[in-house]
Amino acid sequence: MKVTGPAIKFGNNIDTDVILPGKYLVLLDPYELAEHALEGLDSNFPGKAKKGIIIVGGKNFGCGSSREQAPLALKYSGAKCIIAESFARIFFRNAINIGLPVIECKGISATVDNGDELTVDFEAGTVQNLSKGKSFQVAKLPPFILEILADGGLIENLRRRMKK
Amino acid sequence: MNITEKILANASGKKMVQPGEIVDANVDMIMVHDLTGPLAIEAFKKIGTEKVWNNQKVVMILDHQVPAESIKAAELHKTMRQFAKDQKLRIYDVGRGGICHQVMPEQGHVIPGTVIVGADSHTCTYGAFGAFATGIGSTEAAAVFATGKIWLKVPEAIKINVSGKFSKYITAKDLVLNIIGILGVDGAIYKSVEFTGPTIREMSTAGRMTVCNMAVEMGAKNGIVEPDGTTSKFLQGRVKTMPAFEALKSDKDATYERTVVFNVAELEPQVACPSSVDNVKPVSEVNNVPIEQAFIGSCTNGRIEDLRLAAQVIKDKKVKDGVRALVIPASQEIYMQALTEGLIEIFTAAGAVVCGSACGPCLGGHIGLLAAEEICVSTSNRNFIGRMGSKKASVYLASPATVAASAVAGKITDPRTLEAKQ
Repeated sequence: MKVTGPAIKFGNNIDTDVILPGKYLVLLDPYELAEHALEGLDSNFPGKAKKGIIIVGGKNFGCGSSREQAPLALKYSGAKCIIAESFARIFFRNAINIGLPVIECKGISATVDNGDELTVDFEAGTVQNLSKGKSFQVAKLPPFILEILADGGLIENLRRRMKK
Repeated sequence: MNITEKILANASGKKMVQPGEIVDANVDMIMVHDLTGPLAIEAFKKIGTEKVWNNQKVVMILDHQVPAESIKAAELHKTMRQFAKDQKLRIYDVGRGGICHQVMPEQGHVIPGTVIVGADSHTCTYGAFGAFATGIGSTEAAAVFATGKIWLKVPEAIKINVSGKFSKYITAKDLVLNIIGILGVDGAIYKSVEFTGPTIREMSTAGRMTVCNMAVEMGAKNGIVEPDGTTSKFLQGRVKTMPAFEALKSDKDATYERTVVFNVAELEPQVACPSSVDNVKPVSEVNNVPIEQAFIGSCTNGRIEDLRLAAQVIKDKKVKDGVRALVIPASQEIYMQALTEGLIEIFTAAGAVVCGSACGPCLGGHIGLLAAEEICVSTSNRNFIGRMGSKKASVYLASPATVAASAVAGKITDPRTLEAKQ
């Protein structure tokens, strides 16, 4: 699985309250959630993400609440993947479970500017900054997680496994 | 092995587990609430399994948007009630429970040594009773509904050893804010945090719950305290079965990534300033910040011990003009107890408003939201941008004593100085 797109960069400790404020948690439609993605930091984010982007975060991306609406909002706003120095664990699992690829890459923040073209190869465990000609080798996700992502999320994965 | 490793080994049918190992654990209990349950139900229906794996092990609690503040919330609640009825699940509806993390142990759903997952990040609260408890998302909750299992990476552990006696008006909340201030919001990311030492041993279950509750604020997978006599005293009459605690003690040679030592003897009241939970300062450095709202409640600090302390500070005084003070007992049981003890009267007479048991303003979804430029001092657990309403509002986190003193003074105040002035 490979993902390519321009980067939108954020800092450390981006919490789920800024990714999706609590007042929108009564919304169920992912496209409605997407209209408020990252509203706490940049109300223009959904417009910028629409064309398909890769989010680059710092340390502890997605910290705070367990709200799955946060990665859902990002996914449906146009984020194809999130690369961060580290993730908050619930966010990390939630993203995988809804089929939004996430990968840890130490040192990524310092070497990416907004708009840089990035490529992530999940099987190979590589992150490339095509605009800057830089490449990172990262820890690969375990095979069962890659399977969940390839299936499009945990529910699809479970359906497939339960049919066997 | 340490206690977390022992519980995970037992839950996955292994003699031994090591940090980094991925285990397939049997889940003993799962909880969802009204903001995570509906998505979980939707996901569960897509799996195509008709019934949940064990209807005795699924609990639903309405606590975030209750009583329903909008038609949308009312619809979500209706969905949950219907699912609970169809699946014959235990549901704690409006007026029958309160905040999920209080209701779970109160109603006997938390048993030491078990694996509990909840679709809420503060599920780690139950570690206070020696359970392995961690937060998950809605889709994962749906998968647990169907299978009763979850994959977990055995976490590395940090041991936090606490000694010293708390002085007057210094609480478990001040301790945990102090810990987070030093370790940082990612200081325990992916890890288990085991709280131990003489101060934890002497601490009430309420204090232990406050400490474990905020483990997630430093990124921890779980917070945990070895169960003891205090634990069994609280759980007696609430749980159906009480396991032997011998198997739930960390071995003398258990491994920890590191041990951090704290002493509370000289601890000042602590305040987490906007907008990160590790932006912690002693109250003397934040004194005089004017406030518009004071909130006493939440899964962190809405217990009877917290209300007693706040009432002790606020008794025979008035909430300062221009300040709204909100008090929310964490559960119906606590509300009743507060009524019996006359605490509700003390708060009401002081000009505070006491609301029905729910999450309240903590997550900015329901009541007590803040306007731009407003400041709230709160006993809750997060002070992120926009957490409690406007993204231009500010939230300071503190103990029930500090929040009560601040409500009276109209500005962030050391509860010890308020007393001295009277």
